[in-house]
Amino acid sequence: MSILIYAESAEGKFKKTAFELASYAKKIAAQTGTTVTALSINVTDNQALAAYGVDKVLKVTNDKLKAFNAKAIADVIKQAAQKESAKIVLFSSNTDSLYIAPLVAVALEAGYASNVVGLPESTSPFQVKRHAFSNKAFTITEITTDVKVLAIGKNSFGLVEAAGSATEEAFSPSLNDNDFTVKVESSEKVSGKVTIADAEVVVSGGRGLKGPENWGLIEDLAAAFGAATACSKPVSDLGWRPHSEHVGQTGKPVAANLYVAVGISGAIQHIAGINSSKVKVVINADPEAPFFKVADYGVVGDAFDILPKLTEKIKAFKAQNS
Amino acid sequence: MKILVCISHVPDTTAKINFTNGDSEFDTNGVQFVINPNDEFGLTRAIWFKEQAGATVTVVNVGGTDAEATLRKALAIGADEAIRVNAAPTDGFFVAKQLAEVVKNGGYDLVIAGKESLDYNGGMVPGMLAALLGFDFVNGTIKLDVNGSSATAVREIDGGKETLSATLPLVIAGQKGLVEEKDLRIPNMRGIMAARTKALTILEPTGATAATKSVKFEKPAPKSAVKLISPDNLDELVNLLHNEAKVI
Repeated sequence: MSILIYAESAEGKFKKTAFELASYAKKIAAQTGTTVTALSINVTDNQALAAYGVDKVLKVTNDKLKAFNAKAIADVIKQAAQKESAKIVLFSSNTDSLYIAPLVAVALEAGYASNVVGLPESTSPFQVKRHAFSNKAFTITEITTDVKVLAIGKNSFGLVEAAGSATEEAFSPSLNDNDFTVKVESSEKVSGKVTIADAEVVVSGGRGLKGPENWGLIEDLAAAFGAATACSKPVSDLGWRPHSEHVGQTGKPVAANLYVAVGISGAIQHIAGINSSKVKVVINADPEAPFFKVADYGVVGDAFDILPKLTEKIKAFKAQNS
Repeated sequence: MKILVCISHVPDTTAKINFTNGDSEFDTNGVQFVINPNDEFGLTRAIWFKEQAGATVTVVNVGGTDAEATLRKALAIGADEAIRVNAAPTDGFFVAKQLAEVVKNGGYDLVIAGKESLDYNGGMVPGMLAALLGFDFVNGTIKLDVNGSSATAVREIDGGKETLSATLPLVIAGQKGLVEEKDLRIPNMRGIMAARTKALTILEPTGATAATKSVKFEKPAPKSAVKLISPDNLDELVNLLHNEAKVI
């Protein structure tokens, strides 16, 4: 029996979420007296996981898995879970992991809980707390099957370093042609920009910015923070910004360390989408804007005046503290 | 092409979320229910296929009698017939097993579901359904075209998008982008009248067991009041973000 984590990687290197997942798994392993096994696919330096408590790495090296394929990876994870007799299989909330996890749950006849916040409330019975109702509430969910699949919500568990080394074992799962019926034809990735999914800080603009021509102010502040840019629903509906930047209940969820909202009134649907962010700063000319009710810090004033000044101050701070 | 669109019956996005019965149940008092927005994008795309290529569109919901109003709305928007599986949708695995039975018996080529529902946000039913059926599956789909038995889908990835090819039968988990928001349809009087005479079949559930159960609900802890900083004292904001919030 062990805990298996799917350690997501890109271009041969683990993503930060893989280390978070390892930290999380180690904590449950310590509570339940078991060990942590990580599954890695086409990664060169597997010892990086040992620093976060992984005891064993099952290394898969296979050219067929270079392009993303959910069905094939789900098949690999299933075989790894069976080989390790894993009772708990853990995923991050990256887009690819959320694509794979339900497939693995079916393959292992396992109950699945996504959007999990924090460690299990109890391991017997197995109960976890998860976000529901688009971040407006939590539910305590009990998984009643022998094997459990969890996807841990973004930014809901930090990195915890652990001393030790991990045993590495080459693993060659059997793959069949049926696993590869969905094919990647092409992919487009914005390069050199922080994505909303990975960002520690997100700077978001609303209709208060008055027009797409003023977005330079948002971009400058985001650049100073090293942040991703985002926008409210009306802004994407008006075509000022692409849909991929729309955050909120029907857009992308944001679970950043810091969310800065500029000229966004704070409709309930917008708040729902960004509420798992740890700290919220609201800049708005209207002191009655509902967003101030859920903000940690607020500045009431003219965004056109505040943004350039704040950008300079953040730049100066970064220059001093880097 | 026979299309099945899975419809969740969820509280409107502006609904106040409260719980009742010792925080064990969602309080439906005064709450307006709607077609889950992610499902509505899929439904609209399905109707587009119907109009362009002569597909038939069936909508299905796993739920109680209260969901029938939502199914009638889907019929008024343009679906041909509706199915309700008479069971409480308490667990994603259970719901996926009910839907798998409907797909097998109905011989559908294309199943479209929303990427996640706005109530439980599990994001699991479409993938589980595909795995149970052995169908191809694309998650987070923002564009879908079908030509004969081959499909091209674009899915959102972290920081971009990816184009995939797949073969029918296929399960698609859709979201905004599948159609534009302005192309969503509001039922007109003719559609509403027509919906009254369209078939709504009620099926009893298969004996699948649930893999999870919701034990209780909690509301987030009330937030402490916002700290207001003067626009003339932005140094204080930087200071608070660094020393108090420790986020920069």
